[in-house]
Parts: sequence; structure tokens; C-alpha cells
Amino acid sequence: MSTFLQQLFNALALGGVYALVALGLTLVYGVMRVPNFAHGGLYMLGAYLSYAVLTGLGWGYVPALIISAIGVALLAAFMERVIFYPMRNAPHVHPMIAAIGVLFFLEAAVQLVWGPDFKQITEPVPGIVNVGGVIITWQRLLVIGASVVVMLGLNYFLKRTMTGATIEAMSQNREGARLVGVNTNRVGMMTFAISGALAAAAATLIAPIISVSPSMGEVMNLKVFAIIILGGMGSVPGAIVGAFLLALAEVFGGYYISLDFSDVIGFAMLVLVLALKPQGLFKRGT
Amino acid sequence: MLGNAGTKSAGAGRFKLGTWGWVAVFVLAALVPLFGPSGYLLDIGVNIMIYAMLAYGMNVLLGYTGQLPLAHAGFFGIGAYTVGILTLKAGWSFWLAWPAAVALCAVLGLLLGLVAFRTKGDAFSIFTLGVGVIIMLVINKWDALTGGNEGLNGINPPAGLEVLSKGVGLKLSAGFYYLALIALILTVLAVARARGSVFGRSLIAIRGGEDLARSAGIDVFTHKLRAMMLSTAIAGFAGGVYAVYVGFLGSASAGPAMTFTVLLYLLAGGLGTLAGPLIGPALLYTLTQSLKGLQDYQYIVFGPLLVLLIMFAPQGLAGLWMKAQARRELAAVTGKKGAERA
Repeated sequence: MSTFLQQLFNALALGGVYALVALGLTLVYGVMRVPNFAHGGLYMLGAYLSYAVLTGLGWGYVPALIISAIGVALLAAFMERVIFYPMRNAPHVHPMIAAIGVLFFLEAAVQLVWGPDFKQITEPVPGIVNVGGVIITWQRLLVIGASVVVMLGLNYFLKRTMTGATIEAMSQNREGARLVGVNTNRVGMMTFAISGALAAAAATLIAPIISVSPSMGEVMNLKVFAIIILGGMGSVPGAIVGAFLLALAEVFGGYYISLDFSDVIGFAMLVLVLALKPQGLFKRGT
Repeated sequence: MLGNAGTKSAGAGRFKLGTWGWVAVFVLAALVPLFGPSGYLLDIGVNIMIYAMLAYGMNVLLGYTGQLPLAHAGFFGIGAYTVGILTLKAGWSFWLAWPAAVALCAVLGLLLGLVAFRTKGDAFSIFTLGVGVIIMLVINKWDALTGGNEGLNGINPPAGLEVLSKGVGLKLSAGFYYLALIALILTVLAVARARGSVFGRSLIAIRGGEDLARSAGIDVFTHKLRAMMLSTAIAGFAGGVYAVYVGFLGSASAGPAMTFTVLLYLLAGGLGTLAGPLIGPALLYTLTQSLKGLQDYQYIVFGPLLVLLIMFAPQGLAGLWMKAQARRELAAVTGKKGAERA
């Protein structure tokens, strides 16, 4: 039983990180209809920026998280302006290919600056807590807590503020949003910035648990894409549910079936779901 | 045949080498080994031809049908590993294993298509990307069959190739060069033939708009399936050549990075053209080799290049050439009219 709880807890922490990364991707897809393959690159860059602030400047974990989130948000907004906004009327395959180019560039650039070796970020709060035989690291608790806070904040922003409502409006109906006076230009840029900040925050949260490397974005990229297809592309609740489903499948599949194939299990689940429900589990439009 | 393929469909293939142009290109390519070039030069040639075959396969789906398949390298890997496993572990001759690999890739392509084409557009690409990763991971983890991380070592050259090459006074490397060249010619013939047929024109119609194609009586799903099978079969065909040429297989050759490289080459050459899939690899692969020092960081250059290409010249070099030619023809026509008026 305690093994089960232990695994469940690990899955929750992993799911929280997946959810943060997937939320940004699904928001961008909803608003801009761009499957942003560079998203994994932004996530990876977020981890490196935090690493740089922590080791280079010697500042604390929280300032590192904030600076890296702002830095990646600015870069994402810049990307939207320079690449995706001019391509908004191109065939849908084109922005996707451009995003792949950006991903390549980010990976090569990070490798050039920081080298191909693994980097380690130390845990801000080391140690473990023992709750009835279940051993929990503070870092995993922090990941779960922070991701829940960020998700609640995002929900408040989307549902309760005017700016957030414009994002929802545009993802429901682009022309309609423009007709009622939403500045669709600004919304696109803002959505990209938010997705970048979420990715950087997620990367900084998980970085002390895993190692930081230039290729860490590739795997994450594939997983979050699997998640948003699973949840229905553009759907916010779908992304959250998909994230936790994938994390549960990976952790328990890895534990009870085979650790070697834990990465395959997630994709196998995706193939299965799509074969049965091509639209994903949740239809878009919230 | 090749030239006709272009002319029949008006406007679709202005970049025509014409039948004689293609014959000239291939005859010139066939003459190269006779001048006793260095092994390095021949190696570049064989690699270009393997990449070109892959690009032709991808072009069938992306260039003609308008679907971006991201499992392409997976099928390249399946083709290569099928040849490797059948020759090494089952003792088959390469000449039997190669067609078997192509057939397997076509069947697997059909199976993938049956599921993947239930999704459309972006979801299709992402879905196939997932499948591509599964293929790579399975190859990487299935130690008993594929050698896992260690890879497959010591795949022999095709039976008779060495004897044949020595017999006409050439090195084995030249023999491989001719094997790849013949495979490439067969690929170009097959693609040109498909493109010129009713099937090919139906694919172009699907690219233009699925609903419109359907209303014109085209069975969209079946045509997409066939395009997928042709595309994966060509990938497997290229994989077979790669397996015997390199003699060593690792799972990385089946991964998304390989797919993206082929995509870059194809875009640079020209989407939806017959010459593009050859021009792109020829230029970019040579460029990569000459920037050897940059190897690890080549994507600092190629990443932005991919972005710029897709933003400003999505039809690639062949497309730019076509545009220039169209402008010249227009100038010629309007110039003539002007002269008549005067």
C-alpha cells in the first residue's frame, strides 16, 4: 500500500509539471492555431536560465524562477511577433515547420553556450518528510504545491479578468473576438508570453529532480503534444486531465510493467485513444 | 516519361528538366566513379542519394498530398533494420531481404494510415511524430532483436556486389555508388509515374482542399492511404541501401532528428517538385560536410535557415527558379505584345 501511495505521489508531482507545460501549448494552439514545436525548447531554455541565475549570479531559487519565467516569456513574445504573426495566413504546415526550426536553433544555441553536459540544480529545500511510511521529498511537495497555485492563478486569470477573457474569446472564435473589439494582435503575443513563462516555471520546478541537458526539451515536447492531443487540442481542462493521466500511466506502467518502456507506454496510450476517439477525450471549447 | 509527367498537368511542374535533362543528370552521375574519385567523394555521393530517396518519399505526402508525416525516419529505420536482421540473423540474401523490407514498410504504412488519417492537419503530424518516437524507442529497447543501444554490427555488403565491382575493375565503394544510383533512379521513376497519373493529380486535388476533392468524386481516405504506403515503401527502400552501405545500425537513424533533417533538405530543394528532393540534399548535405568543424552547431545556421525558407521561399530553390522563369516568360509575352502594338 505504501509503495502504491509513494508511486501515486510521484505521479502527482510529474503530472503537475506536465500540466504547466501542456497548458501553455494548448493556450497557444487555441488562440493562434499554431502547434508550437518550439515549446520544448522554451522549457529547456527556462531550466538553463534558472541554472545561470543560480550559479552565475548566485541568487536564490525564487528570483531564479521569476527571472527565467520573464526571460522566456519575452523571447516567446518576440518569436510570435517575428515568426508566427507574419505567417498567420500561411498553410497550416508552414508555422509548424518554422517552429521546428526554432527548436533546432534553441537546442544548438544552448549547447554552444553551456555545453552538452548535464547540469545539476540543487534543491532549494533539501530533505524528506515521512508521512505514515510514505517518503516524500520536499522538492516534490514544492512541485505539487506550486503547480496547483499556478493552475489556480491561470484559471482565475482566464475566467475572472478582462484580459484573460479576451484569450478565451479569441480561442473560441477569432473573427467574433475581433468584431467585438478584442485586439487580436496583442492577445496572440500575450498568449505566447504566458506559455513561455509557464514552461520556464515548470522547468525550474522539476530541474532539481531531473538533470538539465540541451535535449531535455525534446522528450518533454513529445509528451506535452501527446497530452494536448489526448485532451483535445486547445482545451484547458483537457490539458490538465491529459497531463495527470499520462503521468499516472508512465509512473505505474514503469513500476508494474517495465521501466524501460515507461516512455513508450504514454505514446501507446495516445495511439489507443486516438484510434478510438480521433477528436481526443475532450472536445475543444470551454 | 519524366518530362511528360510534368507537362500533362498544367502549371504544376514548371521546373522541368525534361526527360533528356534527367537522362543527362543520371548519365553524368554514372560517369563519376570512372574518373577514380576519392572514397570521400563517393561517400558524399551515396549519402546524398540516400537522403534524396528519403526526401522523395516525404514529398509524396507533404509536397503532393499536403500532409506532414513525422514518422518518416521510423520507416527508414524499419527498412534498414529489416535488412540488417534478415541478413545477419536469418541468413537471407540482401536481394531477398531488401524487397521484404520494402513490403513490410508498405504494410506498416497502411496500418499507420488507417489510424493516423482519422486525425487531420496538425493532429496528424503530431500523431505520426508520436509513432516515430515509439518506433525509435522500440528499436532502442528491444535488445534481443535489434541489439538495442549497441546497435547491429557487421552487416555484409550485398552478395555479388564486390565480385561484380572487381570484375569491371572498380572498388567496392564504386559498387555501392551504383547500387544507390540505380535505387535513386527507380525511386524517381516511380514518383514521376505516380505524379503524372490520375492518382497523382487526385493527390494534388486533396492538397488543394479535401472537401472539394471529395465533391469531385475522389475517395480522399483511400488516396491518402496509398500515398502513405508509397511514401513509407520508399523510406524502407532507402533504409535497405543504408543498412548494407554503412554496415552498422543504431536507433538514432530512425529518430525524429533524422525526419527533421530530411524535412529541411526537402524544403530547401522544393516541395511538390520532382527535382527539389534531389537538389536539396545535394546542396545542403555537401554544405554540412564542408562545415565539418561546425558539425555539432550546424543547427545554429540550419534552424534559422529553415525558418527563413518556410517564411519567404516555401517552394524552395526549385520554386524560386520556377518563379523567375514564369516572370521571364511573362516579360517575353508582354514584350512581344508591346512590340506588336508599336
